[in-house]
Amino acid sequence: MSTPTELSDSARRGSHAGQKPPARPRRMSGRVRRLSRRDKVVLGIMVGIPTLVQLAFVWIPTLLSVFLSFTRWNGLSLSDIRAAGVANYSYVFTDNPAFWPAVQHNILWLLFLAVIATPLGLLLAVLLDQQIRGSKIYQSIFFVPVMLSLALVGIIWQLFYQKDNGLLNFLLGTAGTPAAVDWFGNSSINIWAALVAATWRHAGYVMILYLAGLKGVDASLKEAASLDGANATQTFFRIVFPAMAPINIVIVVITIIESLRAFDVVWVINKGTNGLELISALVITYLIGEGQSIGIGSAFAVILLVISLVPITIYLSRTFRKEKF
Amino acid sequence: MSINEERSANGIIRPGFDRRTLLKTLGVGAVGAAGIPLLAACTGGSAPGASASASTSLTFGSGSSDDVPKAAYKAVTDAFTAKTKDKVTTNVVPHNDFQNKISTYLQGSPDDAFTWFAGYRMQYYAGKGLLAPIDDVWGKIGANFSDGMKKASTGPDGKMYFVPNYNYPWGFFFRKSVWAEKGYAVPKTFDELKTLCAKMKSDGLVPIEFTDKDGWPAMGTFDYINMRLNGYQFHMDLTAHKESWDQKKVSDVFDTWKALLPYQNPAALGMTWQDGAINMGKKKSGMFLLGSFVTQQYTDKTILDDIDFFPFPEIAMEGQDAVEAPIDGLLLSKKGGNNQAARDFLAFMGSPEGQDAYAKVDPSNIATAKGADTSTFSPLTKKCAETIANAKSISQFFDRDALPAMANNVMIPALQGFIKDGTIDVKNLESQAKALYAAQ
Repeated sequence: MSTPTELSDSARRGSHAGQKPPARPRRMSGRVRRLSRRDKVVLGIMVGIPTLVQLAFVWIPTLLSVFLSFTRWNGLSLSDIRAAGVANYSYVFTDNPAFWPAVQHNILWLLFLAVIATPLGLLLAVLLDQQIRGSKIYQSIFFVPVMLSLALVGIIWQLFYQKDNGLLNFLLGTAGTPAAVDWFGNSSINIWAALVAATWRHAGYVMILYLAGLKGVDASLKEAASLDGANATQTFFRIVFPAMAPINIVIVVITIIESLRAFDVVWVINKGTNGLELISALVITYLIGEGQSIGIGSAFAVILLVISLVPITIYLSRTFRKEKF
Repeated sequence: MSINEERSANGIIRPGFDRRTLLKTLGVGAVGAAGIPLLAACTGGSAPGASASASTSLTFGSGSSDDVPKAAYKAVTDAFTAKTKDKVTTNVVPHNDFQNKISTYLQGSPDDAFTWFAGYRMQYYAGKGLLAPIDDVWGKIGANFSDGMKKASTGPDGKMYFVPNYNYPWGFFFRKSVWAEKGYAVPKTFDELKTLCAKMKSDGLVPIEFTDKDGWPAMGTFDYINMRLNGYQFHMDLTAHKESWDQKKVSDVFDTWKALLPYQNPAALGMTWQDGAINMGKKKSGMFLLGSFVTQQYTDKTILDDIDFFPFPEIAMEGQDAVEAPIDGLLLSKKGGNNQAARDFLAFMGSPEGQDAYAKVDPSNIATAKGADTSTFSPLTKKCAETIANAKSISQFFDRDALPAMANNVMIPALQGFIKDGTIDVKNLESQAKALYAAQ
């Protein structure tokens, strides 16, 4: 079912671009009709199974979350679900002192990743893309943080940031003295400490993607540029970087998504309290664990979903527009 | 989890089973996807063993995952098996996970018996019908416990649910040698405490060791000031949200606390209680308001012997009558209620014999049953035990007496904010409390 609509849809969009409108859909629908019965069954299965999986694991839970965000429920038996109207949302927006700081922190997170972490990843990728010795080893080293588990990340940064015994204060020479910086406890510092830890992960991720992107850039482009007398910087910014446009878009989306689902580092430090509030941490606080309050947790989750929909929509609309070329 | 089920079902088929257990076993087998192999395993595998020992079995879920308590519960199950020949299969889960997943655990396939706490945290699940009442067990062990313990083990329906194992008091811990050297005396009143703090500060100590990175330790200070100012009943009513947070009595608690803030460790928000215990061990701080589990941190015997304890000074009401002494013990899940061996196990835990087995391995806690061996108690443990025994009322700690969502999601950030800058919004606490308690 979905195949013909999609085709005619893209055809219709194509018509805006000035192609022959009447001829194309007819040709398309003709091709669809040529599918044999068996083709249709195969197609149906191939489309149907992923759709069912998607429904079961994404859409139904999403809709249930939306539903639950308008109820009060203790999570025990279904008969305990009671309607709550918008009470959960008013709790989130007016009563919960952590929500607005969390929004600000998520925005700060996005800016930090976009301005510092992502360019850092790009820089690493460009450096490692030169044929330097041991490039593979460096790549692995920078990529390791992406693969580490939550618990390990926590231990590693604990070693760095601990107030009295941590490496950082030791290097600063303040360990054990009253002047020691309280990296985790001081609510105006700990967000930066967390952001550095997040950068450590994010830069490695971005690096791998850009490395793949750089490999994909046609070497003859670079040659042509150098023949025309461009220096390395010019070649990179005028030729290579624009040639990586598809990767760039992926990176932008990943950066946005990473900043929205930023969670692990903060959770490991203090479960997202005391200056480290994040929306995702609030979702977990209210949905999982003993402090479970499903209605409110769902409301947080729905808010996060709505915010996430903005970059997702932009991304999807861009990719679909691209496909017609 | 299915493994547990298999095991328990496995053990039930034996000479002398009654019809209901058989039907239940069949039911379990038929429902489970692995039903047929399971039943086959029962008839085939367990028959020889069963005929030999005629033993029964139970599963025991334990959230006591730290080395010492884990070994201590192992000693209990071993002693139980030695006494009754009932086999106990213990499933140890890291304690944070165990607590966080308790709802799903109880609704899924819980073990027959499991470790838990007294207070609201027990009553809530009892009220939801997820636990099995054990009045018959209390018929056997009732004489071993004080009225306070019995009250703490009763569910909202008046039936008994909980078997206390041990408890531990909260109070000020300190190093005797530091106090002797500087000539400090134990403060009886809040004013004396403040004077002492000022003196300690001028002596270059952090007067009150204080740690709140994890959020919950600050609740101890809140509870004590609240109970000393407004009384035990107010604490219970406030945690049950029968009293409003938006009232003078509550703001008074924070105002009183404010006098102590300058004497508490200013780095509290970056420290865990273990960090604080190390500080006190190194004689950097004068005293530490915490549970007696603080002593678990001192492996050096000379330091351990140097630790002493005094109860929170009186402020306005009821003197030092109320003691915060959370009780840990065992519960029976709904499913475990059908297993006589599990009932026997709980009864064993409620006997001096069972509690001695535990306390022998984990001496940092205080056995709750009368007649438990106190001869091995250190002077500190003896003092703790006396404090609890003399208490007119025993509270369970804020996060055990209150709705977990209120304790975890509201109080922790609120108290951390208060520690940071001394401000608190009781109106907001009340509106949050209203929303959260309404959802239960």
